[in-house]
Amino acid sequence: MGSSSSSLSHIPDGQQLMGETGFSAAHLLRLHERFELLDKDSRGHLRPEDFEEIRELTENPVGGRIIGAFFPPEKETLDFPSFVRILAHFRPTGKNRSRDRTQPEPANSRTGKLKFAFKLYDQDRDGKISRDELLQVLRAMLGLQVTEEQLQSIAERAIQEADLNSDGAISFDEFKKSLEKVDIEHKMSIRFLK
Amino acid sequence: MLQFALSAYNLLCRCLGVAFAVWFTLLFVIIIVPAVLGVSLGIHGFYIRTLCRLFEWTTSQMELRAKQKNQQLFKPHTKGILPKSELLSVQENMQELRSSAHSRRSEPQFDLADVIYFSQKGVESIVDDEVTKCFSAQEVESWNLLTRSICRFPHRGLRLTLLWGLGVLIRYGILLPLRVILAVTGIFLFVVLSTSVGFLPNAKLRSFLGEKVHLMGYRFCVKSLTAFITYHNSENRPKNGSICVANHTTPLDVIILANDRCYSLVGQVHRGLLGMIQKAMVKSSPHIWFERAEVKDRHLVAKRLCDHAADKTKQPILIFPEGTCVNNTSVMMFKKGSFEIGCTIFPVAIKYDVRFGDAYWNSSKFGLVRHLLRIMSSWALVCSVWYLPPMKREEGEDAAQFAKRVKAAIAAEAGLADLTWDGGLKRTKVKDAFREEQQRLYSSVLLGEHQIQTEEICCKDETQEED
Repeated sequence: MGSSSSSLSHIPDGQQLMGETGFSAAHLLRLHERFELLDKDSRGHLRPEDFEEIRELTENPVGGRIIGAFFPPEKETLDFPSFVRILAHFRPTGKNRSRDRTQPEPANSRTGKLKFAFKLYDQDRDGKISRDELLQVLRAMLGLQVTEEQLQSIAERAIQEADLNSDGAISFDEFKKSLEKVDIEHKMSIRFLK
Repeated sequence: MLQFALSAYNLLCRCLGVAFAVWFTLLFVIIIVPAVLGVSLGIHGFYIRTLCRLFEWTTSQMELRAKQKNQQLFKPHTKGILPKSELLSVQENMQELRSSAHSRRSEPQFDLADVIYFSQKGVESIVDDEVTKCFSAQEVESWNLLTRSICRFPHRGLRLTLLWGLGVLIRYGILLPLRVILAVTGIFLFVVLSTSVGFLPNAKLRSFLGEKVHLMGYRFCVKSLTAFITYHNSENRPKNGSICVANHTTPLDVIILANDRCYSLVGQVHRGLLGMIQKAMVKSSPHIWFERAEVKDRHLVAKRLCDHAADKTKQPILIFPEGTCVNNTSVMMFKKGSFEIGCTIFPVAIKYDVRFGDAYWNSSKFGLVRHLLRIMSSWALVCSVWYLPPMKREEGEDAAQFAKRVKAAIAAEAGLADLTWDGGLKRTKVKDAFREEQQRLYSSVLLGEHQIQTEEICCKDETQEED
């Protein structure tokens, strides 16, 4: 770890970020390069427009929401530590190290990943996925390929299945329960090239 | 005291005068005369070999230093950050995601987990995507003593830093002024000679001399860039009455190719210096320059190209079907316009050696003049040109497929990645069609079997959207 610290020196708070996110020094350096590549005008921070330059992201039906996950409301700029903290959600879940109960849940744990996915649905951050929010996501993912009635029936069925306390919305715990058999650790992880 | 100062001053002027005269004579004899006559003195080869040995020594020094300090020499990752995943379709990915969760579900429905597939793909593209990489300058694996790549290599040490300083002096103090003088002389000579050739009455003599003048002009340009070009497979050099296509990295590609034989260029009429050069060129050799308004008219463009290509005595037309400069690691989609014309296509692959100077013109980062200055202040421009055997459109093949075939051949010859992305995307927004495609694929997963069941049971209120 100590041997590459000299090259980490041009990343501000490099060591601290490593500890916080769990990325190795090499990965952090590559992410920093990527950050600088996306930051075309060398401003030192990213804006939503820089993400919209990525072709594959704008084609993605939930691309707009992913960009929104990086830029919470009232925040127009993204610095490198925030960039890395959000990407940390997609780090592969490692072996369970015994950790302090007092430390916050790591971003790449199952719960951390689920929270990220939940936020993609729950745009108004009220802690529940309402029928409207679900409909919005469905519309983004299906576009004009289905009729409005089909959309409504799909949304209705999904809510009925997941909503265990019948309050018309899906809370985070209900979301977690609904996805308990899904292999999130693998499906929501990005592995770096060696 | 004053006398002494004056005499010293006189001496200095005389020395400078002598030095200048010597330098200018050398310039004339060693560079200008051979360029005019087309003779090579072998200096370039010696220069390139020396530079190669210098770079190897530099790398070994840095590795030694890194080993002493017990550190890893940071090698930039040119292959990308993420491994290339197998190309599973949207359907297969979804099935994988769902089958682990709901094995007993008979009909596929929307699953809250579906968003995970899209979010994974989205974040992957944020971390690494093919297209952005193609429009940024290539990374050099070992340091080539240029200021541009200096911050990647912190293990420099004193000796290398001094060497770099010396390199800066040589490049900016000696090479750059020399090259600029050469370029100016060359352009001036070319414009004068080409215009005078244009006044000759005899058409045959005019075309013969015109070719010679053009070649001389290009040789000057090549010398002014210190370009060291290796032409492979010269038996496949483009013949008259055909179209030559090549991959595009910089506007200087034209000079690189035209150094070997004359082409007819296609382009827009410019104003200023470039416009003057264009007018001079047209006087002694046929080129196809379009007015700005005419460029929009595709039929007009196609017709003029056709007419030129149909005349078997005319020089081959040089076209860059990518439409934009790409960074020489990959080849982007070829526009099918030039492949619709129907004459023989001579593909040419160009690959630059990035160690001596990066030739890629990043038009969003700097303009043409700064690009030229960058190239003129690099060590050299080393490239290889491969002439591929001529290709014709086959039966039952449409222009787009033919373009793809030619592109694959060029990419294979030069060792570049063959991408299907449209280079024009650099400037325009993503078409909604791409996003709709993703939506369509997803909806077919969601509704595919479900629709069959609704047909069987009953159709209450839904109209079928998909077949």
